[in-house]
Parts: sequence; structure tokens; C-alpha cells
Amino acid sequence: MAQSRGEEEMSTVKGSHILLRHRDKPALSTFEGYVKDGGFKTWKQVVTKMTPEAVVNEVFDSGLRGRGGAGFPTGLKWRFIDKNNWPHYVVVNADESEPGTFKDREIMEKNPYQFLEGVMLTAYAVNANRAYIYLRGEFWRLAAELDKQIARLHKEKLLGKKLFGKDYELELYTHLGAGAYICGEETALLESLEGKLGQPRLRPPFPPTFGLYGKPTIVNNVETLANVPLILEKGAKWYRKFGTEKSPGTKIFSLSGRVVKPGNYELPLGTTYGELIMEHGGGIIDGRQIKAIMSAGASSSLIVANDKALATPMDYENVPSLGAQLGSASIIVIDETVDLKWLVDKTVHFFKHESCGKCTPCREGTYWMNNITHRILHGEAEQKDVDLLKDVAVNMKGKCLCALGEFATEAVVSSIERFPNDFKLKTAAKAVAGELKVTHD
Amino acid sequence: MNALQTKYAKDIKAILAKYPEDEKRSAVMPLLYVAQREGGYVSRQDLADIAEIIEVTPTEVASIVGFYTLYHDKPEGQYRVQVCNDLPCAMRGADAFLQGVCENLGIEVGETTKDGLVRVEAVMCLAACDKAPMFQVQDCENITYYEEQTVDSTIKLVEKWRKAGAKKK
Repeated sequence: MAQSRGEEEMSTVKGSHILLRHRDKPALSTFEGYVKDGGFKTWKQVVTKMTPEAVVNEVFDSGLRGRGGAGFPTGLKWRFIDKNNWPHYVVVNADESEPGTFKDREIMEKNPYQFLEGVMLTAYAVNANRAYIYLRGEFWRLAAELDKQIARLHKEKLLGKKLFGKDYELELYTHLGAGAYICGEETALLESLEGKLGQPRLRPPFPPTFGLYGKPTIVNNVETLANVPLILEKGAKWYRKFGTEKSPGTKIFSLSGRVVKPGNYELPLGTTYGELIMEHGGGIIDGRQIKAIMSAGASSSLIVANDKALATPMDYENVPSLGAQLGSASIIVIDETVDLKWLVDKTVHFFKHESCGKCTPCREGTYWMNNITHRILHGEAEQKDVDLLKDVAVNMKGKCLCALGEFATEAVVSSIERFPNDFKLKTAAKAVAGELKVTHD
Repeated sequence: MNALQTKYAKDIKAILAKYPEDEKRSAVMPLLYVAQREGGYVSRQDLADIAEIIEVTPTEVASIVGFYTLYHDKPEGQYRVQVCNDLPCAMRGADAFLQGVCENLGIEVGETTKDGLVRVEAVMCLAACDKAPMFQVQDCENITYYEEQTVDSTIKLVEKWRKAGAKKK
């Protein structure tokens, strides 16, 4: 199985992490520590000896797929950049806002130079001279740190004009958002970066053709880019030793909810839900039974946490067999005491708040759904309201410009269909989150 | 040079330098943060000043203030305690925590203490789901995370602000 192979291999390669390497070597968070470990050697090597095409080819061959949620092959996206329209831009999606997702923050806080080297290599690969890192506004202090780190790279002549004496220049900039989940959608992010409301664009054209300021732009997630330095240093073949054939590499799984040890776990793609939740996560708090799994944050459908689900490998090809997606791999664990009427009210409230208001089905539908979930939650609903809730959700699907309208319905429809007992409104009792004792060490 | 430009000339110049010369509009978000440094909100004059700098209408700048949650159009508490009670945090006690903090301060969620020191808000996911209960504090200068909190630790923090404020007076 993939996971045992990965685990063995990983221990032989730079500690036991590819992305969260700071956990093995804390010094990586400093410039000196990163350079001492061999950092930025690849950058110099690439700029002085490799063509941009060769860089794209290596990443393409590695099979790296976008870690923001969509899983689109990274090298293929880079190949799509329009070479007849200039300048090119790289924009990093560091808007990490999906409930249950907190991986990019750890990378940027603790292993910032590997991330920045990944951004730089990507810019070189697509012939961009400017890259913007769009961070959610809440990452205020993190952005200030990145600004200092970027200034240091300038001082060390790793950024700027005539890099290593070659005719290539690169500037990196941070840009802070201001609290809007929708800006994690790449075209809304570009609008926001242009100083407009963060609302999605009609696609096509896609950003590699028409991106920032209407110019060809590559938008990649933080975790995706953090993979790039090691892929180029050690090669595509090395990278493919981890994970599965269709989902190469490792992935950071953000584990939250009712587990003993929530946190980020970097594991090979193809590791099972059971291993993540029961072994790494220490199982369910207070020895309770697991009830459901959300595989991709609040945007995902609820998986019935039976033996089959727990034995399913977490990768792009197997998760869909459970009626869910790998997505950003933010796993929210739900135990037997959680009433799904309560849970659905939480997720719908989130999407109501975060709908940008552009498309009517999403803008209105999330409000309607929240009105109904509120009634259900407070014991004021009739059984037919559950049908109405599902009906509204189903009618929102496929009718919006971006995925938010779709995401808002996933937990609703899957909960009602897969956990019908939670939605039998026999009594007027209020739904509850279940009792909870959480202690911090 | 308008009032905002005069006051923060160096900062504004640095912000504008980040974007292509003919794409000044991109500077609207960082400029709004600059405006909020005074009083924690964007005034009508700020809207006009920013509009002038980036060559759009004040209405367009106001639409940005309205769209994003970290911009405010009136002064509402020196410290905004923004508690995440989204699903993952709520499964680790965030709702009870939020209620406890409010009860202790004698306010409801979305209200400000009478002395204008603290406003408590419920906000959406802050990417700290494994460290709940948690909140961020937005003041004029910064946004700071406080993770793995209790009602007691939060009230102690508020007391610290109160003392610091009294000293200044």
C-alpha cells in the first residue's frame, strides 16, 4: 500500500516531511538556517542553467496537483500560460479561509523560505517578473514577517534585477485581503487584487489567458508552491515515490473537530481516513463513536464514517467513491453526539455570510436555507420544511458562476440523504452540538 | 496633497510602488488599512482622500469598505475581539466560550462595553481550527491571534487593556 511505502521513504529523505520540514529542522524558519540546509541552491541552479520550459516539464512530470482544492495538474496549468500576451504574473492564493483549513498558515509561518523559493521558481517557469502573494487580512502579522523576509532576499541579491548576472528580474509583493471567504476563488481574488469587490468572473477565459489586469496569470495555492523547490532539487521521479500514481506526493491534512489531537499532519496521498483519524489524531474524544467525516472543510458533503470510509485512501481518485471530494483535505471529524441539524445550520450560516451576492441562486438561496435551518434548529419546523430545505439546495446546484453556491448545498443535501434519522422532526426539542469537554495541555 | 497623503506620505508612496503605475486602484485595500490607523475606522474624509489618490469615486471606495469585514465605517470599540464560532471551533466549545466572555463583560455578541474599550464579535473561520477556542483582536495598528483561550484568560487580557488605558489617561 502507498502509505507504508511513503512512510519508509520519507524517513530517508530530509527528516520525515517535505512541506512541514521545520518540524524536523526548526532552524529552517530563519534565512541562515534555510541556506545552511541547501536552500536557494536550486534557485540559483535554475536561473543560471535551466530554461523556463525545462522547469515546467519537470513539474509536469512530477504529477503535482493543485493543493487549494481543485486538484488541477500544476504543470499543465503552467503550460496554458499565453505566450503571446505580456507581461505575465504569478499570484499566490494565501487566502486560506475554508472552515477546517489551517495548513498554509503553518507553512508560511514556520517554513517561509521554502514557500518563497517555490513562488520564485514558479515565476521563473512562466516568465513572470512580478508575483503577488494575496493573504487573507487576518494574516496581518504573517504578512509583515513575509515583507521582512522578502526584503532579506533582496539584500542577498536573490530577488531584484539581473539575478545571478542573467537577464532575469523578479519582484515579490504581499497584498492583504480584508475578510472575505470568496476571495479564495481565484477570479474573485484577482478582482480583489485589482481593487474591486471580490466577486468571481465569468470563465472562460481562465487566468492563464486573462488574469491579473487582464494579463496571463498563474494562480497557485501556498501548499502547491511549497512542493516546487524539492521537486526541482530532487527530480520528478523522486517526488513520485510518495503518494499514488494519480495523486503523487504528500499532502498536509488539517484535522479538526472531535478528535483527541487536532492539527496538521503531512502524510503521503493515499493514506486512509482511519489512519489519520484513529492513529495520528488519537481517535475520538472521550472514547465516543465516530459518526461522520467532512473531507474538505465546510464545503464538503458528509461521509458516513463506516468501516469502508475509514479504509478509503485519501487521494483524488478514491474519495469520490464515498460521494465526496479530497478538496483541500481539511478533515472535520463529527462524533455521535453531534446533531446534524445543528451542523447544517452552522455551515449554511457560514455560506450565507460569505456569499458575495453576485449570483441570485446563491445570494437568495443561502438566506432561504438559513431561515429554514434556523426554524429546524429551534424546534419551530414541520417535517415538510426538511423537504423544502433540500429542494432549495438542489435547485441552487449548477446555477452559479463559482463553486460557492455549490459548496453551500453539499452538507445540506448529504446530511439529509445519508443521516435521515437526524432529520425526523418528532419532537420540538432543540438540536444541540452535544456535550463537550476539551482540555488543553 | 490631501490630509491622508500629508500624514502618511512615506507609507502611501511605498504602497503605490507595489502596483503598476496605471493600476493604482489596486492600492485601495492597503490604503484603507492606513486610514483605519486613526480611530479604527474609515471616515468620510478618508474615502474622499483615497478616491483622489487612486483616481476613482468616493462611492467606489465606500463599496470596498462595505464588502470586506475588516473595514469599519464607524468607531466601535478600541479593541475588537473577534471570536471564531464556525463549525470546527464550535465543536471544540467556541459557542460556550463566546457566551461566557460576553456575560463577563455584560454585553451581547456584537456590542461594545460602555467605556468603549471592547467590542465582541462572532466571526467566520480564522484558520486556527485546531486551537479553539480562539479569537483575533483587531485594533488600529494590528490584528493579533489568541489561541487556546479560556474565558478567564480573555477577561485577564481585557483587564490588562483597561489598566494600560487608565495609565495613558
